[in-house]
Amino acid sequence: MDLTSLKAWEMKEKIINKEISCKELIEAHIRKIEKEDPDINAFITLNKDEALRESDKIDAKIKNGQDIGLLGGLPIGIKDNIVTKNIKTTCGSKMLENYVSPFDASVIEKIKYNDGIIIGKTNLDEFAAGDSTETSYFGPTKNPINKNVVAGGSSGGSAAAVAANMAALSLGTDTGGSVRQPASFCGIVGIKPTYGMVSRYGVVPVSDTLDQVGVFGRDVKDATLILNSITGYDKKDSTSSKKSDSVVSLANFKEDKDYLDGIKIAIPKEYMDLVPADKKAQEQFNTAMKVFEKSGAKIEIVSIPHLKYAAEAYYIIMTSELSSNMARYDGIAFGHRAEEYETLDELYVNSRTEGFGNEIKTRIMAGTYALTGAQNKELYQKAMRVRRLLQEDYDKVFASYDVILSLTSKDLPFEFNLTENNLIESYRANIYTAPANLVGLCAMSIPIGNVDGLPVGMEITGDRFKEENIIKAGLGYERAVL
Amino acid sequence: MAYKTIIGLEIHVELSTKHKIFCNCPNEFGADANTLVCPTCLGLPGSMPILDKEALEYAIKAGIAFDGEISKLIKMDRKHYYYSDLPKGFQVSQAEIPFCNGGYLEIELESGTKKINLERIHIEEDTGKQIHSEEGETLLDFNRSGVPLIEIVTKPDMNSAEEAKLFLDKLRATLKYIEVSNVKMEEGSLRCDVNINVVNSDTGEKSNISEIKNLNSFRGVVKAIEFEEKRHIDLLESGSNTKKETRRWDEAKTATILMREKGDASDYRFVVDGDIPPVKIANEWIDEIKATLPELPQDKKTRFVESYGLSSYDAGVLTQTKELSEFFEETLKHINDSKLVSNWIMGDVLRRLNDDEIEINQSNITPIALADLLALVRDDKINNNTGKKVLKEIFDTGKSPEVIVKEKGLIQISDEGEIKEIIKKVLDDNEQSIIDFKNGKDRAIGFLVGQVMKASRGKANPQLANKMLLEMIKER
Ligand SMILES: [Zn+2]
Repeated sequence: MDLTSLKAWEMKEKIINKEISCKELIEAHIRKIEKEDPDINAFITLNKDEALRESDKIDAKIKNGQDIGLLGGLPIGIKDNIVTKNIKTTCGSKMLENYVSPFDASVIEKIKYNDGIIIGKTNLDEFAAGDSTETSYFGPTKNPINKNVVAGGSSGGSAAAVAANMAALSLGTDTGGSVRQPASFCGIVGIKPTYGMVSRYGVVPVSDTLDQVGVFGRDVKDATLILNSITGYDKKDSTSSKKSDSVVSLANFKEDKDYLDGIKIAIPKEYMDLVPADKKAQEQFNTAMKVFEKSGAKIEIVSIPHLKYAAEAYYIIMTSELSSNMARYDGIAFGHRAEEYETLDELYVNSRTEGFGNEIKTRIMAGTYALTGAQNKELYQKAMRVRRLLQEDYDKVFASYDVILSLTSKDLPFEFNLTENNLIESYRANIYTAPANLVGLCAMSIPIGNVDGLPVGMEITGDRFKEENIIKAGLGYERAVL
Repeated sequence: MAYKTIIGLEIHVELSTKHKIFCNCPNEFGADANTLVCPTCLGLPGSMPILDKEALEYAIKAGIAFDGEISKLIKMDRKHYYYSDLPKGFQVSQAEIPFCNGGYLEIELESGTKKINLERIHIEEDTGKQIHSEEGETLLDFNRSGVPLIEIVTKPDMNSAEEAKLFLDKLRATLKYIEVSNVKMEEGSLRCDVNINVVNSDTGEKSNISEIKNLNSFRGVVKAIEFEEKRHIDLLESGSNTKKETRRWDEAKTATILMREKGDASDYRFVVDGDIPPVKIANEWIDEIKATLPELPQDKKTRFVESYGLSSYDAGVLTQTKELSEFFEETLKHINDSKLVSNWIMGDVLRRLNDDEIEINQSNITPIALADLLALVRDDKINNNTGKKVLKEIFDTGKSPEVIVKEKGLIQISDEGEIKEIIKKVLDDNEQSIIDFKNGKDRAIGFLVGQVMKASRGKANPQLANKMLLEMIKER
C-alpha cells in the first residue's frame, strides 16, 4: 500500500489505530519527495531531519497513550513565505535566499501545537506575486497531473506537493486567488478563509488588506481538517478577528447529511459576461450545476454590478500595498546586499536590482506609480472606493443566498512561458477569485472534472465568517458525485 | 525699511510610554545599541505592529492639554522614503487625518498675551539612529526605532526669535506638566524644525520659506532664527530672494547651511497601513483621560492672577514650569505675602537660575529658606541689599538664612542711638559736603548716605539712616 496516496484523515486514523507509525508515514513521504520532486520542484527546502525527529515524538505520544493533536503526525507543506524559526524562508526570491527568521509565524505555532509535522517549505512565485509559480528564483513548479503545464500560483508548490502525494496537507497564501487557482489547476481542494479568520503574523505580506493564509487538501474533509487547526484570533495580528474562534470545527459536519437540499445558490452573470471562460471548462461547470440542481439546490442568476471594476481595483490595491511591503528589502539589515556600491543610494539600487526578479519589479513600479502624486487620488483612493461599493453588492447577494458558484479560473492549466508576454491578459484572469479578497469573503476551489486530462475547479464563495456554508456545499457536492 | 518675520514650528516630541508604539520593547534612552529591539521594530519580514494604547493615551493627553479637537477615529498611514535608520522603508504616521486638529498655546509678551495656534498634532513612530564611527563606518542602532512620537505643527503665528523661544518654553512646560514626555532636547526627546520667511511691510514683498533642521537646543533655535532673519532681509534688500530650501543649523559656524532645495521634495506615497485597523475613540475615554490631567499652566496662571493678585505677566512666568509654580505656592505657605514672594522669585531667584542654567529644583534654595529670608527683610531685620547678598549665599552654600546672617553679622541696625553715633562721625569727617548741601547741591546728600552705610558695613536701616541724616544736617 502506498501510504502517501491516502487522504489525510485516513492517515491520521491509521496512526491513531496504530496500523502504521508516524515515522513510517513521514519516511514514505520523504521517499516520495526524493523520487518525484527533482522533476516537479514543489519544495524549496526539505525539512527531513527535523520531520523524522518530530515523528518519533508523535510515536512516543501514541505509545504512551497520550492524546495527539488535530493534525496528529501528518506531513505538512508550508508555503515559503510563511516564516519558520529553524528553516529558511526564501519567499522564492534571491533577496531572501538565505534568510532564516528568528520567530515562527502564528500558523506554524498552531501546526506544531496540533502535532502537524513540517515536511518542507514549498515553492511559490517570487514574494507570492504571480499565478504560475514561474517567477520563483528557484525555478518553476510542474503540475503533477500533467508536467507540461504549470501548477498555478502563487502557491503552486503547496498545491503540487499535495496533488503529487508529497505532503498530506499544505498551507498557502491567497491574495487574489493564489490558493484557489493552483488548487483548481492541480485537481485538489483549496480554501481561502475569510479575512481575519487566520492570523497573518509571520506571513510575509504581499498586500496586508487582501492576504489570507489558505489550505490545501485532497478532499473537502482534509482541507477542513487543517483549516480547523489554524483558525482563531491572535493578539499578534490586529486584523485577526474574534469571530474566527469557532465555525469550522469538523465536528460540526455530519457524515450523512445531505447538504445540497434547499441550499440557495447565486451565479453572477458578470463573471461570464466580463471575461468568458474556456468553453470546455464552462461545460464542466454547467454539468456540476446540474448535480446541484438534482440534489435540491435552488440556483439563480444575480448581478454584481461593480464587478466590472474589480480586476482593475484589485491590481491597483495589490500593487500599491506590495510596493510598500517590498520597501524593507533594501540590503541594510537583512536580505541580499549588493557587493558593489559607492553610496547609500547605490547600495539600495544595486541590492534591489540584483535581489528582485522581473515580475516583482514590474509590480513594485506599478504600485509606486499608483501611489505617487495625483495618481494616489485617481487610482489608489478610487480603487478603495470600488472596494466599498463591491462590498455593498456582495452584502445584498448574501442577504438572499448561501453561496456563489463560478469557475475558479477562466483558463485551463496553461503551458510554461505564456504569462510574461500576456501580462494584462493574465491579470484579468483573476476576475473570478480576486473579488473574494477585495471584500474579505471566504471561498473554496473544488475539482469538478477534467478537460483533455487537465483539471477544472469550481469556486464556492461564501459570506464573511460563513465558512460553514462553503464547506457544506463542498461536502454535499463531493458526496453527490461519488 | 521694516520687515515682519513669520515663523512656524514643527516639533517632534517622544512620548515617555513604557513600551514602544508597536511592540513590547522598552522605551528607554541610553541602553547599549540594539538591545531594545524585536522583529517588529526591526521591520523583519512577517512581523506585525500592535498599536500601544498607552501611546495613544499620552498623545490624546497632549491634544487635550493644547485644547485641540481629538479625532473620533485614529487611522495610521505609511509614509515611504529610504534611509538606513528606517528599517521598513516606511514610517508609520498619519496623513490626512491627524489624531488632533487645531489647539493653541498662549505666550506672555511685554505687550500682553499672544495666542499661538496649532495646525495639527499627529502620532508616528521614531526611526533608529545612525552612529558614525571614527573609522568612517556608519553603524545603526535601532533602540529608538518605534518609540512613539507626536509631531506638533504650529500655524505661522510667531514673529520673532523671542516669541519662538517663549512658545517652546511654554510647550515644554505643558508637556512636562502632563508628564507625557521628558522633553529633553539634548537627548532628542524634543526636536524642533523652523519654517521662516520675512515680509517687507511697505511693499508686501515676501522671501521664500526656509526650513531649518538640526536644532539641538532652544538657544540654537533662537540663534538660527536670528541668522535667517538677517539672511532673508539682506537678500531682499539686495534685490534678490531666498530659495525654497531646507537648511541645517551649524552650531560651530553659527550659521545655517543648505541641505537641499525643495524642488526635489520627495513624494511619500502615503498608503493606509493595512496591518493597523482604525481605532474608534469613545467620548468616555477622552473624558477619562481629561480627568487624569493635572492643572494645566493656563488654568494655573488664571488661578494665580485671581487668588494671589499677580499681574498676568508675573503669573505667566511663575507657572512656566510645574516646579517653579509649586515652589512659589510652597513658599507662600511659610510667608503669606504673594507680592513679596513673586517679586523676589521674578527678580533675583530667576536671574540666578538663568545664569546657572538650572531649574529651581536643581538649585540649593528651598521654599522654607526663601520664606525665612523674606521674613527677615519684611521685619526689617536685614535690609533689601543684604537680603540679596544672603540669597546669593543660600544659592552658593545651601545654608539657611538665619545661619548666614548670624555668621556674617548682618542683622540690620535699627537702633537710633547707634545710627546717630555713626552719622555724627560721618558729618564730622565731611564738613565740605555739609556746606555743599546747604548751598543747594542735592547730590551731596547721596554721598553722605553712602558714607553712613559704608561705616555701618551695610547694616544700617537705610530709611532710618536717611531720615536721621537730614535732621542732623539741619541741626548743624
Ligand atoms: Zn520591538
